[in-house]
Amino acid sequence: MKESALIQAPAATAATEKKRGTFRTEIRRNGLLYLLTLPGILLIFVFSYLPMGGIVVAFQNFNAIKGITGSEFVGFKNFSFFVESREVLHVIFNTLYLNALFILCGTLASVGIAVMFSELGGKWFKRIVQSLVTLPNFLSWTVIAMFVTALLSSDNGMLNKWLEAFGIAPIAYFNEPHMWPWILVLIKVWQGAGFGSIVYLATITGINPDIYESASIDGASRWEKIRFITLPLLKPTIILMILLAMGGIFYGDFGMIYALVGRNVMLYPTTDVIDTYVYRALMDLGDMGMAAAVGVFQSVIGFILVVTVNQLARRFSPDSALF
Amino acid sequence: MIKESQGDRILKAVMYVILTVFAVYCVTPFLSVISSSLTSEGSILRDGYSIIPRAFTLDAYKLIFKDATIYRAYGVTVFVTIVGTALAMLVTCALAYPLSIRALKYRNGINFYVYFTMLFHGGLVANYLLISKYLGMRDSIWVLIIPALVSPWNMFLMRNFFKSVDESLAESAKIDGANDLYIFFKIVLPISLPALATVGLFYAMGFWNKWFEAMLFISDEHKFPLQYLIMRIMNNAEFANQLSSQISLPNYVVPTLTTRLATTVVTIGPIIFIYPFLQKYFVKGLMVGAVKG
Repeated sequence: MKESALIQAPAATAATEKKRGTFRTEIRRNGLLYLLTLPGILLIFVFSYLPMGGIVVAFQNFNAIKGITGSEFVGFKNFSFFVESREVLHVIFNTLYLNALFILCGTLASVGIAVMFSELGGKWFKRIVQSLVTLPNFLSWTVIAMFVTALLSSDNGMLNKWLEAFGIAPIAYFNEPHMWPWILVLIKVWQGAGFGSIVYLATITGINPDIYESASIDGASRWEKIRFITLPLLKPTIILMILLAMGGIFYGDFGMIYALVGRNVMLYPTTDVIDTYVYRALMDLGDMGMAAAVGVFQSVIGFILVVTVNQLARRFSPDSALF
Repeated sequence: MIKESQGDRILKAVMYVILTVFAVYCVTPFLSVISSSLTSEGSILRDGYSIIPRAFTLDAYKLIFKDATIYRAYGVTVFVTIVGTALAMLVTCALAYPLSIRALKYRNGINFYVYFTMLFHGGLVANYLLISKYLGMRDSIWVLIIPALVSPWNMFLMRNFFKSVDESLAESAKIDGANDLYIFFKIVLPISLPALATVGLFYAMGFWNKWFEAMLFISDEHKFPLQYLIMRIMNNAEFANQLSSQISLPNYVVPTLTTRLATTVVTIGPIIFIYPFLQKYFVKGLMVGAVKG
């Protein structure tokens, strides 16, 4: 009895202290916890916040020797590419178009896989299928690029050999820019759809089985149960995932595009995205100012989009909004 | 028991077929690359890549394993993956655990500090300048590790796991006189093993697959990781020529294609072997994290 009284006494004073709540008392009480956060906070500061300061390069006539502090300030001159170059507008269009395709087809495929998966039995069938469809997600794009060459290479690629067997003339895929948005979509679905389905599968698993059971008793068919129970209950997750993906719609998948297309100029008209364009501006032209300006444009628009989209997400599903 | 109608059975069959087709679609490129790497160069040039090796040979593997390049690249990648994952887990958990405790007063501030980096980026140019010019990390193997130690996404996943740990556990340990460091290392971490496995796997995959940073910052060939080595040998035929420079047989075809494929297979080998064991773990782990998220 006495012991518990002793424990309660400091707790009570802690409560009154919390009301006054100064910085010092908090550090005294939870100092060790803050100490734990320190390495992470420092790393994030150096590798995420310091580069944000580097944005000034976009407003400078950057000189590598003089550095950020010594270079001449030129205002918005680096942003003149918007009026001068059609190229940048084209690249922005490609980024948006490709990402829209990825989001649409990726979501359809992921939801489809999740729904079918939840409907089917067979422990081994499910295990094997799930292993196979999630595996590509763990490969790097450079490895995938190697896979793609084996399939699409014009002289000895597997696809052309199959076409040949059916008497169809081989296609030089790497010279056909108009085919590439869809080739990229197929590769993206191959790589990401299986892994993406896990989130939807988690939602379906969380649905109360009683609902299905009572529907079965009422004579609902399998299709009707999917159509009127599973899909409507999946809707909030689907909308949320799409909104989240839309937040990143201004960011091209550099790793993917650069590894797959690389420096194949033939394919630039349909595959060049903001990120690959900035990379070339930086590495080939050494035009730091312009590269930084495109990057800043991307960051700012991207930021506005994410915040807007989050507001929308909050409306659809208050628990799942990010902030 | 309700008997399945005809329509239900057809629908079920259709779904089996679609899933099987998709699984085959996913696995075909793997089979094609693995089998072609076991085929002779001449056969590929004549008949193309295929799912079943037409003229079986281990020549490409013998060739790449004779040279030091692949061992070096493997060494770099293994080092980066092991050291990187260990450090990243330490830093990430140390940041995630305090943020999971409700009593921490400045928790929300720190949360936002981390979260903001997911919303806004300095961009490629600023990152490039910072790392190469101001931090002087060019050509250092650590450039593949240090900037990637905290991934906000993984951090929040980990925090959500810690949130699900019963807080009374820590409280009772505290009453017994344990401090926060002891509680974190000796109580919370050991019972979070499934979560650690999931997030650890994500980090390990991230480090194993790193190549962009190598392309930007590393020009010393001895420090190329595997993934970047593949990128390099895909874009020029030098590698195979260099490997077979001592061989002078008549009618010898330089195995440019098959050495590329063999290198690729060697790179994905560990993933394919370890993956089936971890798969169950991360699917479960991700589901918990996603539902709580």
